[in-house]
Amino acid sequence: MIIKDVLCPFCGCLCDDLAVEVEDNKVVDVKHACKIGASKIKGHDRIKAPMMRDDKNGEFREVSYDEAINESAKILANSKRPLLYGWASGVCEMMKKGVLLNEEVGGIIDNTASVCHGPSALGVHEKGLPTGTLGQFSNRADVVVFWGCNPVQAHPRHMSRYSVFAKGFFANKGRRSRKVVVFDVRKTDTANLADDYIQVNPGEDYMVLSALRAIVADKADVVPETVGGVPKEKLVEVAEVMKGAKFGIVYFGMGLTQSRGKYKNIDNAVSLITELNAHGKHSIIPMRGHYNVTGFGQVCAWETGFVNAVDMSRGIPYYNPGETCSNDLLMREEIDAAFVIAGDAGAHFPAQSIARMGKVPVIQVDPFHNPTTEMANIVIPTKVSGVELEGTAYRMDAVSLRMRKLVDVDFPSDEEVLDKIIAKVREIKGASS
Amino acid sequence: MELKATFISGRTVDQGCNLENKTSKAYFDAAGYCEMNSADAGKIGVEPGSNVKVATDFGSVVVPLKICEGNPDGLIFIPMGPWANAVVDPNTCGCGMPGFKGIPAVVESSSEDAPTMPQLMARLK
Amino acid sequence: MSEMLIKNATVYDPINGVNGDLMDIAVKDGKIVDSASGSAQVIDAGGRLVYPGGVDAHTHIAGSKVNVGRIMRPEDSRLGLKPKTKLTRPYTGYTVPNVYAMGYRYAEMGYTTAFEAAIPILKARHTHEEFEEIPIIDKGGLTLFGSNWMVMDAIRENDQERLAAYVAWGLLASRGWGVKVVNPGGGEAWGFGKNVSGLDDPVPNFEVTPRQIIRNLAEVNEKMDLPHSIHLHCNNLGKPGNYETTLASFDICKDIKSKRDRQSLHVTHVQFNAWGGNHWGDFESKSEPIADYLNQNDFLTIDMGQLVFGSATTMTADGPVQYANARLLKARWSNGDVELEDASGVTPLEYHPQSYIHGIMWAIGLELALLTKDPWQVLMTTDHPNGGPYVNYPMVMTMLMSQKRREQEMSKIAEKTFDRTCIAGIDRELDWYDIAIKTRAAHAKVLGIVEHGKGHLGVGADADIAIYDIKPDETDATVEFDKVEAAFRRSAYTIKAGEVVARDGEITAVPMGRTYWVKTKVDNGGYDRMMDDLKMKFKNYYSVNMANYMVQDEYVERPYVVETEYK
Repeated sequence: MIIKDVLCPFCGCLCDDLAVEVEDNKVVDVKHACKIGASKIKGHDRIKAPMMRDDKNGEFREVSYDEAINESAKILANSKRPLLYGWASGVCEMMKKGVLLNEEVGGIIDNTASVCHGPSALGVHEKGLPTGTLGQFSNRADVVVFWGCNPVQAHPRHMSRYSVFAKGFFANKGRRSRKVVVFDVRKTDTANLADDYIQVNPGEDYMVLSALRAIVADKADVVPETVGGVPKEKLVEVAEVMKGAKFGIVYFGMGLTQSRGKYKNIDNAVSLITELNAHGKHSIIPMRGHYNVTGFGQVCAWETGFVNAVDMSRGIPYYNPGETCSNDLLMREEIDAAFVIAGDAGAHFPAQSIARMGKVPVIQVDPFHNPTTEMANIVIPTKVSGVELEGTAYRMDAVSLRMRKLVDVDFPSDEEVLDKIIAKVREIKGASS
Repeated sequence: MELKATFISGRTVDQGCNLENKTSKAYFDAAGYCEMNSADAGKIGVEPGSNVKVATDFGSVVVPLKICEGNPDGLIFIPMGPWANAVVDPNTCGCGMPGFKGIPAVVESSSEDAPTMPQLMARLK
Repeated sequence: MSEMLIKNATVYDPINGVNGDLMDIAVKDGKIVDSASGSAQVIDAGGRLVYPGGVDAHTHIAGSKVNVGRIMRPEDSRLGLKPKTKLTRPYTGYTVPNVYAMGYRYAEMGYTTAFEAAIPILKARHTHEEFEEIPIIDKGGLTLFGSNWMVMDAIRENDQERLAAYVAWGLLASRGWGVKVVNPGGGEAWGFGKNVSGLDDPVPNFEVTPRQIIRNLAEVNEKMDLPHSIHLHCNNLGKPGNYETTLASFDICKDIKSKRDRQSLHVTHVQFNAWGGNHWGDFESKSEPIADYLNQNDFLTIDMGQLVFGSATTMTADGPVQYANARLLKARWSNGDVELEDASGVTPLEYHPQSYIHGIMWAIGLELALLTKDPWQVLMTTDHPNGGPYVNYPMVMTMLMSQKRREQEMSKIAEKTFDRTCIAGIDRELDWYDIAIKTRAAHAKVLGIVEHGKGHLGVGADADIAIYDIKPDETDATVEFDKVEAAFRRSAYTIKAGEVVARDGEITAVPMGRTYWVKTKVDNGGYDRMMDDLKMKFKNYYSVNMANYMVQDEYVERPYVVETEYK
């Protein structure tokens, strides 16, 4: 059986044109997907059953779901400052339960954006975000800028579906309709496909953005001869290209959010785009990583008023990134339990942060064994959303789509596990109050 | 010989393909290496495939060397993952985001073995 | 079988012509009935004011724009905080509340129904995801068609059957209730940073005019027999002198008659479109010609879009106006173009009484309501949260009821306002019956939901009832406006489908409301021509596949579907 129009549960492109061949409840072929998406859908060795151990250096023993869930609930209900982290490789339906669980335990809920596009949200708080849906850019953009991102490696079909090679109504010649410029600290595979590559010194993007803003504002005279390693004449040339666009789009990634300046880089980039709109039409969009990391921000915002890093210890949502993000909490040694679901803190936090996690009970809900498993005391395997479970996901441009189920498995969904933990937490808290 | 360099981490296709396969050799191959250009590699006298030790103020890690001519002089890259995490800066500067890019590092030849993922994690508990 | 008897109620039910009669209201199984049995739960209203549950025909409560506002404005989410309880989730936000506060606060004021005024089809799933989380109130939404390529192509090719087929498909795809038209053509022009300048300025690359878009959609709307008329946000919103465009837009639909007992055109938040002058320097109110027009024509209804001083978050599908606002005010700016369909923008701003521009805008909303003779023609709204958040409705009600209250407000407002407005000279004061019209009955009538049990208390209507702690006979609203406002802010009882959901302004139950949408059968050749065009557009221009586009049933768990047919 071939299932058509399948959504890909890997990156923020959320491609929805895959064809997956399923035989005897097994995926046998994945068409149209990139290498990463196909790899994900075909699947990997997974955790077979719930496991527990008291000593993080000891061996796991297999336990029942009930035992793992009850023990998890006990840990969360009795902890004073639990961190509930992850919430990216899952569907929105489980994220809503996560927000509810966080309310019940008075913890902090934080999403993988914390180590990804968290600073982009701060930039949006400062300046807003002039953006649009990806089809708007494929139909119209004649100038395409990739800044600190490398879609060839991280979002493999982005360029063909949305940004560069895609033909659109106005950009009807695809690649030939567009001028492509890459800003990066190294010549990436994406840079190799560009018309122009601007090499920026590491950590000096902010200065380059400021120089471009000055040039766009006809104040090139204040710009020094070299900025961030880029000659002024090159900056003037690129600024003129951007200013001359009928429709310009800037895609940006970790090269801006993780390097020096962090959210100030985003603030400055948004300011540049806002100012360019006095000339042509210009948009900017973060290249979101996980297929539904955007969905968590949406769910968290409509449920708590805040996009991420929400502390419920006061009974009201409290948001102060830099204080309530995972790595801040870990480095201050505040948390006394960690619940990691649909995200791998162990693989993507600095070693010093993870070492702090090593000192507290860690509960992991995930289909796969990963570095977080190495740090965990309780492991609860669940369904792979978008392969074994239907549900909602938000593409990087916040267009929501419904993920399809391709095969049936006996594992519970994240949502079912969360429901049971919530019920048990209420029981424990109810008994003690 | 030592190389003074600026460290960054980031995504790759192979790292992505093995995100749900992190106990495998394939994941080690995809995320446990350090890239620099051949001129820099020449400076420390290390052949591709041999191990280097990358050290920052926040830790050190031994991984095999790969060549990437797209890297400018003095820029080294380790894909995001546990090996990169051993050397990144946990300080968020008050905005939630640790320093994953732009960290001063020193690279030198190493005769030590590169750690596996479980070995790296075992250091942290 | 749940039964309820509300005794000694002073009832204002304009749809049924009940004007302050002392009577009992019986409820059974969520509906109003003739009489209740002895086992009914009895609420003694003690002569207090009873209205049908409030209905808001134009508000922005759910979907991508609202969430853009929340994400951009954490400082707003830090307002209005209320901790979780055993029954309720936490409240956050003032202009952009979280989903829970959104429902609770309406219910606390005696409102039981609210219609979201702008659903982009491509992002409709998001709107419904939020609807499914907003507690208590019934909801519906209006779908954006004014800059849609399918719409403009069908109009240019004079194919009204195809247009109707698409509108029907778009309402189905978005699970929408009605046809919203925002700055017709302007959203497409904004795709390249441009706008349309007036009704006869062709949309670039599509060669249709805003006038043609309005006219065709209005005609098709009536042929489809939709419960609501087209719902128009006029061109040139936010520009001094725009009242002329507004009047000319009215005229486009003057000869269109609806078979239904309602308007054939609803023009929304007219406060923002009744502006005189040529620039900000000579900016002035032009409410009088607008009200004159309404007084002479009954095919038309409007809503106020009243301004409330303080913080607002402006959000609209009118992309260009938001960029202009953000540049003028040096404010944060979020834009949200939707491929092939429309634009949108979100910008926070603050309305200051000492700014005469804002003073004039404040005056225009009230003037429109007070100069228009027929209370059914002008709905009370703030275009939440554009003119200000809906929690201020009780204050706006008192301003309509009391000249003294208006004078109190005017004392804070920049002097210059009063040379450019006529508000100071208006002595009209609305009564309890008028307010019932302007806050529920007329909203239900304009939306076309009276026959579906909304906005009235006749037998068979939904038992959505508000009891306010005020005795109309003993209260002079023209003087005791503080008391009236306090009563409207916190209903004594809000009853939703026969269940007490709020008591003295505190939530007591959290049922989930229904979602209203319209399914229209278009059974002619237009459907096939439309599908050919639609498939071509998905294949070539949309970034999602057609098979994944339409809102699935899973997102509308409690639907109320009204079926109509194209003739």
